[in-house]
Amino acid sequence: MSVQQQPSGQSSRSFASRAADAMVDANLQTALNRLSTGFATRRATAIAAVPEFEALKADAQAIKNHVLDNLDHYLERFEAEVIARGGSVHWCPDAESARQTVLAICQAAGARTVTKGKSMVAEEIALNPFLEANGIEPVETDLGEYLIQIAKEPPSHIIGPALHMTRDTVEGLFRSHHPSLDPARDLTQPETLVAEARQMLRPRYFAADVGITGANFLVAETGSTVIVTNEGNGDLTQSLPRVHVVLSSIEKIVPGHEDAATLLRVLARSATGQDMSVYTTFSCGPRRPGDADGPDAFHVVLVDNGRSAMLGTEFQEMLRCIKCGACMNHCPVYGAIGGHAYDAVYMGPMGAVLTPQIEGLFGHTDLPAASTFCGRCAEVCPMGIPLPDLMRRWREKSFAAGWSPTAERWGLGLWSALARRPWAYRLVARVAAAVLKRLGSKGIARLPLTAGWTAGRDMPAPAGRTFSDLWAEQRRG
Amino acid sequence: MADKSPISTPAPTPAPTPSSGPANRARVLGAVRAALGRGPLPTGRAQGLDATLARHQRHTIPARGRADDLVAAFASAASGVAAEVLHLASLDEVPAALADHLASLNLPPALRLAPDPALAALPWHTRPLLAVEVGTGVPGVQVGLALAEAGVAETGTLVLTSGAERSTTLNFVPDVQYVILPHGRLDGALEDAWARLRNAHGAAWPPRTVNLVTGPSRTGDIEQTMIMGAHGPRRLVILMVPGA
Repeated sequence: MSVQQQPSGQSSRSFASRAADAMVDANLQTALNRLSTGFATRRATAIAAVPEFEALKADAQAIKNHVLDNLDHYLERFEAEVIARGGSVHWCPDAESARQTVLAICQAAGARTVTKGKSMVAEEIALNPFLEANGIEPVETDLGEYLIQIAKEPPSHIIGPALHMTRDTVEGLFRSHHPSLDPARDLTQPETLVAEARQMLRPRYFAADVGITGANFLVAETGSTVIVTNEGNGDLTQSLPRVHVVLSSIEKIVPGHEDAATLLRVLARSATGQDMSVYTTFSCGPRRPGDADGPDAFHVVLVDNGRSAMLGTEFQEMLRCIKCGACMNHCPVYGAIGGHAYDAVYMGPMGAVLTPQIEGLFGHTDLPAASTFCGRCAEVCPMGIPLPDLMRRWREKSFAAGWSPTAERWGLGLWSALARRPWAYRLVARVAAAVLKRLGSKGIARLPLTAGWTAGRDMPAPAGRTFSDLWAEQRRG
Repeated sequence: MADKSPISTPAPTPAPTPSSGPANRARVLGAVRAALGRGPLPTGRAQGLDATLARHQRHTIPARGRADDLVAAFASAASGVAAEVLHLASLDEVPAALADHLASLNLPPALRLAPDPALAALPWHTRPLLAVEVGTGVPGVQVGLALAEAGVAETGTLVLTSGAERSTTLNFVPDVQYVILPHGRLDGALEDAWARLRNAHGAAWPPRTVNLVTGPSRTGDIEQTMIMGAHGPRRLVILMVPGA
């Protein structure tokens, strides 16, 4: 992929042409073919081993529903607990205020480099280019995020940002970006690639002035922020620098540690098929007096950026999302085209619902349309989010606003006009049936306006008469 | 980074004005309340939510989180996530077990202890060739030893905490991480460990950092294949000992 990082939704090319390119990108297709044997298989195995999984899901959904109904209360409680432990909370209505807040914290700390744990909210607010433009170097430490940072690409998956890359792509990246790399070194195996990244990033952790992480959960009870990783990069990021900044959207709140325990039981199983991710870390406030290590300062940057506007609407259910990625791991459309074709920070079924909310529907009308409505995403969603229903809501809004494609609008308009006039419907159907019969009685290989269908298959042999006529005849006979 | 984007002269960016903080806070909370169609919760309702929170109500706990034999359940779960589990007869055996295990890995006989007096008090003199130092996770530390505060049998998870006698960085910087887990600190489920920690820490609960560690570091970022040793320890060895 040679996609340059740019604000999402601003590609000059259409979704259809990006998708078409993706489907003939052999490297990408190799990477995507691993989805069914990778995350999806491991998820099924992990869930089958826990007979109580449906009860855990129901509990998890009830917890989030309760939080959303009382979100203001739990946010204030969370804030009070962070402050009581010596930390600061910064409220940011939009992406711009979030970027400015992070920058101000970095500048106050005199930061030159910041290490970053994986954060989709940081992607959402386009933090890296903004820090760079202000003279601060962000260093991504999650392996997948590091790979897309040096490749100058956006993430193609919410939990596996470099899922579109094969090991050969990674080797090529390291050979062109790591100047000290011995040309003779064997980098054909994933193990050696991981070792190379570990070695390159190790000094960066110790040199960074500020560490920025995301949050999987915010615990109101104690003002704790929670990160879940397998690599340990988030922990090195938040424990070695002088300042720890947590970047989180407001809906990540859970009431107590017991609630977090329940959500953790569904998160890793749904995401990577692990019972628990390797490192789950609860952090609150800066290091305490006498502590052997830890940051001197602790900041939580709470980002709204469209979430509050979903509350109380048909899209509120989307705020239960815990960003496990199961919906995209099981989506036939994502599986065919990968994440970049969506041209959005959040991709796949959850992205098709979330992106129009965060970035506006205009320019993203293709996303909720990029679905076969097979329903697999809703089936595997641990939080019971009716993703196809919510995509349909966006389609309706898009149609109402007049932003759907002209051919679709014409077609639907014509159908609606006929459907409301039974005599006209019957007349047109009879004419069409007769015409089709004349075109071919053994099947139709080519038909105007339907090349997309007939390119791969024939139309069945036409009956020559409409269903209504045959039905009427049968009833008489 | 070799190919970092050209960094231009920093554009002067105005820091948020002092008034923007409270104003933004009011904006976000106001938007949330407007969307919910109400003002702040009535005092009684808010106190009710806080009272519920203080009861630490538990949700569904899977049967595997209620094992009878916690030692066997923990060891099995931890082995399942690629941690090595060694069963020792007593804490006094720790120095010999570590020296032998390091030798089996062809590693130098040296390790760094978290600043816990209980670790310093182990009979290190029984293995005089083992170079033992105390401290945090600074560059170059290859091997670390910590004492777990709890262990969760449901998932084979170690509960490690920060504090004056603990080191969070030592849990992540070394290549090889040894952790002592006394049987008396085993819990069935994470909820049991929360109760244990609340009880032990009192008003200081929770410590700055609670690390739940389930196996050694790994990544699935290259071709969705789990590769061990991403950024944290490549190897995790758990020394299970009887006692508290």
